[in-house]
Amino acid sequence: MTLLGNFALWTALLVALWCAGIAFSGRWRDRPELARAVTRSVYAVLLCLLVASVSLWKGLISHDFNIEYVASYTSRNLPPYYIVSAFWAGQKGSLLFWAVVLSIFASAAQFLTSRRYADLLPYVAGVTSSVVAFFVSVMIFAANPFARLAFTPADGRGLNPQLQNVGMVIHPPMLYLGYISITIPFAFAVAALLSRRLDTGWLHAIRKWTLVSWLFLSIGITLGMWWAYVELGWGGYWAWDPVENASLLPWLTMTAFLHSVMIQEKRGMLKRWNLGLIIGTFLLSVFGTFITRSGVISSVHSFTQSNVGYFFLAFLVAAAVLSFTLLYTRWPLLEAEVQLDSVVSREAAFLFNNLLLVGIAFSVLWGTLFPILSEAVRGTKITVGAPFFNRVNVPLGLLLLALTGVGPLIAWRKASLNNLRRQFVAPGLAGLATLAAFLAAGMRDPYPLIALALAGFVAGTVVQEFWRGVRARVRIHAEAAPVALVRLIGRNRRRYGGYIVHVGILIYFVAFAGMAFKQEREATLKPGQSVDVRSPFGYTYRFTHMGVSQYEALNRVVSAATVEVSRDGKRIGLITSEKRQYVDGLKRPTFEPSTEVGIRSGLREDLYVVFAGSVNGSEEAVYRFNVNPLVWWVWFGGFVLAFGGIVTMWPGGGPTIQARPRRAPVQAGYEVALAGEAR
Amino acid sequence: MNRRRFLQAGAARIGAGALGLSAAAGAAAGMAPLERLLGQQPGQEPLAGQGANGSLRDPDAAGRPLSATTAADNDEAIKQIEQHLHCTCGCNLDIYTCRTTDFSCSYSPELHKEVVALYDSGKTAQQIVDAFVAKYGEKVLMAPPAEGFNLAGYLVPGALI
Repeated sequence: MTLLGNFALWTALLVALWCAGIAFSGRWRDRPELARAVTRSVYAVLLCLLVASVSLWKGLISHDFNIEYVASYTSRNLPPYYIVSAFWAGQKGSLLFWAVVLSIFASAAQFLTSRRYADLLPYVAGVTSSVVAFFVSVMIFAANPFARLAFTPADGRGLNPQLQNVGMVIHPPMLYLGYISITIPFAFAVAALLSRRLDTGWLHAIRKWTLVSWLFLSIGITLGMWWAYVELGWGGYWAWDPVENASLLPWLTMTAFLHSVMIQEKRGMLKRWNLGLIIGTFLLSVFGTFITRSGVISSVHSFTQSNVGYFFLAFLVAAAVLSFTLLYTRWPLLEAEVQLDSVVSREAAFLFNNLLLVGIAFSVLWGTLFPILSEAVRGTKITVGAPFFNRVNVPLGLLLLALTGVGPLIAWRKASLNNLRRQFVAPGLAGLATLAAFLAAGMRDPYPLIALALAGFVAGTVVQEFWRGVRARVRIHAEAAPVALVRLIGRNRRRYGGYIVHVGILIYFVAFAGMAFKQEREATLKPGQSVDVRSPFGYTYRFTHMGVSQYEALNRVVSAATVEVSRDGKRIGLITSEKRQYVDGLKRPTFEPSTEVGIRSGLREDLYVVFAGSVNGSEEAVYRFNVNPLVWWVWFGGFVLAFGGIVTMWPGGGPTIQARPRRAPVQAGYEVALAGEAR
Repeated sequence: MNRRRFLQAGAARIGAGALGLSAAAGAAAGMAPLERLLGQQPGQEPLAGQGANGSLRDPDAAGRPLSATTAADNDEAIKQIEQHLHCTCGCNLDIYTCRTTDFSCSYSPELHKEVVALYDSGKTAQQIVDAFVAKYGEKVLMAPPAEGFNLAGYLVPGALI
């Protein structure tokens, strides 16, 4: 199968290069059959890469340990679903996964985009094919997943225990989907620049694609937090690790783009900025890949060090130079149509929101790179860890939360005092009431207090919007309130979907604020002994050690330590945390023993039990007990966010699209919809 | 999930030998009986829980042997200090997080002992941090001190906005 795999990779490379060559030559302008050939070669590349993927999977499933990749990441006793997910567990396989997913997106872009953009599509194909060609050539020349060993080992090395987790089966693909699909909006932006079709047309073509990748990335990041929480065992979900930062960076710039694109649609402003954001987002996603794979920055996520990093660095530099040069040459075509009327307006609020998002992105990037910079300038190695990021980003994040409430309510162009009063009195009171309630409850920590008060304010704005919308429908159409609510959302998906996303963000912030109150306690307990932990909600939890048992499972020896938990004297159940020693087919230990956290999740707080180990090989166990408030709400916030995102991009649309004001001829030329978007 | 795990665990604890659960598990997976895996002699009492405190059959499978928790391990002041110091094992964590998370790390418990020793000798938090910087260099701080060139690290993002 490796022969077929290699053959498929080479074919993919050649076809992709041919496709990019034809696309950028521009010859297809006069020869429609060439344009069709470009589109078809995108499909051909996809076919080749699917063949390559099936070859790799075949190797994994049939335990062909002569293939280096199979021997490195699987073993005979690895459960089947992890054999399937081993496809993206290692450097080489994940490169192939990346290429094949990009190819799927590239084909979807060709297939789904309306024929209105026929003169953009070959350029789009050119960009996507170049990126695919890059990934395939990295595989062929530096990290071939089909490389064979000189001998055949009896068994493979097995999968890292931390990757043997359900979260790890779904989290990387989701994150990759987000990361990879960023290429499509980028390709459309480059295509628009190349073809000089710089009206709002390209914006509509890519808005949904951007939403799609934003959604995948959001889900991927949230799943990553979930995986870190349930698997890594430090009781938190975000540690400002360089790779976490790398996934957050494009998310921030994409969020900025999704907001500023509205200003361009409504007011014809910020064209250069928007193009810059899209290009920046793509470069940041490549940068993220670069730091994950190069070993330049130490991180828990890093793949093994290899020379792949140089390929990515070269690609990053080339992509940056080419796309910014292109932007520069088209600069005069991107003149803003109007100027900012007032700083008290929605444009200004959105502008400020963009500034904050990009500012946060920059500070994260800066902090991630600062150790390298410092070593280069001063020759001293330094660490930039969580305290730095929290110090810089928490205030910025809170400002952003405030704008989440202000942005959607303030009037376009110039807000009158009347507008301000009408929109902000009730939500402002809601925020103050929240603040007063928590102060009365005895909370004194400034950041969580501000976060909760702002959350109250933003919740007030969203409730007010829904309330007014529903009331208007009830009055005008004489509908029942629930019907009115559903129709309200259905008819204004972008607007109300956006509000739902804001609610999701709000829930995240509240949950993050909750984590400031987590309780931690270490204890060494003999069977029957117990320890008390007081929770921030005022409960007293008593953990009683029941004992440690050891048993054998499929590919591991498990040491399970169990505690009985009672809340204020009332028994609520058992929590088991495990130490797992993974073994190979011959029962020899592989990897260091890993820890499985025991979690009892609740709406108020999670009980988080970690079995650290035993004292002198006895049943006397060292435990860490955490009470983590509001963690459940992080995952729930993720659901709300994803739901809002889906509402926003659900095909159909409503009055917001139809009521878009007609503008000067340059703007009015392309009133467009993506395929499947009913007009 | 937890309950199921516990039932398995409980069954193994109470009657691993008598009920032959290990044998069943072993047979299902085509493995050797648990006793052989765990290096037990035939006829030996297969149950865990021997002695006053109970001993594990396979202590190695439960990770590095640990010593009992002391009051210093839960001390809030020490925790605060450790959260500002970087573990030198090559992870990206501070000493506190590393020692309470990565139980295979042999560096963070030693660093923790150093902190505790300095703390017990009556040093203030700042003196302890300074002692660490003197010994391990500036990279032992979780965030660079806001002075000199490092100020750029803190101020540039704000200035750009």
